[in-house]
Amino acid sequence: MLSYIVRRFLLMAVTLFGMSVLIFVLLRLMPGNVADILFEAGGYIDPAERARIEAELGLDLPIIQQYVNWVGALAQGDLGFSYVTERPAAQEILPRIPITAQLAGWALLFSVVFGVPLGVVSAVRQNTGLDYALRLVSLSGLSLPSFWLALLIMMAFVRWFDFIPIYDGQPETLWDGFLVFALPAAAVGFRSSALIMRLTRSSMLEVLRQDYIRTARAKGAPDRSVNYRHALRNAMLPVVTIIGIEAAFLIGGLIVTETVFNIPGLARFLVESILWRDYPIVQNLVMFIAVVVVLVNFAVDMLYAALDPRIKYSD
Amino acid sequence: MTTGRPLVQAIDHHAELARAGAHVEGWGSSVLFQARRHPLGAIGLVIVAVFVLTAVFAPFLATHDPLATDPAASLAPPGPEHLLGADFMGRDLWSRIIYGARISLVVGVSSAALGCLIGVVVGLVSGFWGGWIDLIVQRINDILQALPLLVLALVMAASLGPSLTNTIIAISIPVIPHVARVVRSSTLSLREMPFVEAARAEGMSEWRIALRHVLPNTVAPVIVLATAQLGSAILTEASLSFLGLGIPEPHPSWGRMLSESAAEYVRTAPWLVIFPGLAISLVIFGTNLLGDAVRDILDPREKS
Repeated sequence: MLSYIVRRFLLMAVTLFGMSVLIFVLLRLMPGNVADILFEAGGYIDPAERARIEAELGLDLPIIQQYVNWVGALAQGDLGFSYVTERPAAQEILPRIPITAQLAGWALLFSVVFGVPLGVVSAVRQNTGLDYALRLVSLSGLSLPSFWLALLIMMAFVRWFDFIPIYDGQPETLWDGFLVFALPAAAVGFRSSALIMRLTRSSMLEVLRQDYIRTARAKGAPDRSVNYRHALRNAMLPVVTIIGIEAAFLIGGLIVTETVFNIPGLARFLVESILWRDYPIVQNLVMFIAVVVVLVNFAVDMLYAALDPRIKYSD
Repeated sequence: MTTGRPLVQAIDHHAELARAGAHVEGWGSSVLFQARRHPLGAIGLVIVAVFVLTAVFAPFLATHDPLATDPAASLAPPGPEHLLGADFMGRDLWSRIIYGARISLVVGVSSAALGCLIGVVVGLVSGFWGGWIDLIVQRINDILQALPLLVLALVMAASLGPSLTNTIIAISIPVIPHVARVVRSSTLSLREMPFVEAARAEGMSEWRIALRHVLPNTVAPVIVLATAQLGSAILTEASLSFLGLGIPEPHPSWGRMLSESAAEYVRTAPWLVIFPGLAISLVIFGTNLLGDAVRDILDPREKS
């Protein structure tokens, strides 16, 4: 087990190293750098000024040198300075983490609270009208782009309540937080709840076909006990995996939702920084996302082994 | 012993054979047979067919030039002149949505196909030959899968620059590791099959074995994945264009149409928000229905 964990951490290090090279190269391939964007906004180009800006930001150095400078500083915990605001990148990134984390938390809560029970009901009542209706709902959940859903929710609020709960500063109470985050969280969470629902359903159906379930029914155990005590516990294993992975991957849906609802979180910041060619911010944000994904994947595998004694990781 | 009820009820052979699809011959008849067994999939197929036909016959369906601006019609509501209304620049929304189907279709199909093609090659090579190639491919897969799909596509699209071709490439890249993983794992098990051993004993070259015996057996899971990726690719294109990093102006992309209209038109011109989103959702819904049916037909083990 210990050697497995050590091996996993080595692989994670390789992945993260590869990611740092990939994102660095991709950023340098982008047409134009921050100086070009600045001049484009100004509407004129002053070559001397442009060269001065590039020299100041170190963009004129050989590309290998630039990479070594970045990774060397990153290893010491120095994220550099934002090209746009000229403030330390850490000061730009850190305050946005709790905003996105809260949003992701609410979205995940939403998707689990709806996804798991509805998936179980759908499986237990397989091929009934309820099952078909729920399957259609989950399919449409996978089909609606979350930014469109977000716009529809806003439209409904404008029409019926004539207001949109807008993010202005960190909410003070849990209830305020709920009001501000509930709508965007629902817009993002609908998709993952649909995913979780589908997986819960198929996983439940798989388990309900097993011999031990037939045995439990044969010995006269009540339906409720068979469905929820015997079946559900085993069916939850793959569901736990998908919930974990969704938690890390929610950031994809958050990018568009934060944009629609104007929430100053990490996801929207990533898009803005890409448009500005703000290399230090994009590089470090992408590395942060990759670290989260890799660690969550690892945690899910560990949890899986802890929940299912049949799974043993070796070599 | 000879009296009483027969132990085995007479089997209606014709009914049984029909249920198993014995009468099914040729393409048309097998599509009809499967459509009857998977009604939801049939609905999906119809939606996708309408989508494809719309894209192909766009010039006949559109009432206006999708790029023609008309200041007088700015933000015109739906009516006889503009069926679904007009946008801020007075461009006809119905015609733009019709032409938008072309963008979605081209981007969706090409990026799913490109991603699957590269994924199959990569997966086949790394699964069949193994060794250091496999090791490197696996690590690259790990790297590509360490970012959520949209984040990876976003960075790719930004670094390639906005254009139709670049958007297709950017969307196809996150598809590759998924396909490669599936093809690799089925290649690993196929490699040990007796028929591969027989081919090897016959003196067939490794390349020929890989192409003639292993590759055809990975087609079913790849088709299942490709149909699933189609909807996902269309959704990614819409999201990228919505964020301003996908298809550039003046192409009428559905996602881009929503970003132009976005939040401020929620109050003033709701048709600009409703119809493009409806088009995206309907097409993705259709591909999802179709994808589920294709999976059930080709991969009976994973029945939903």
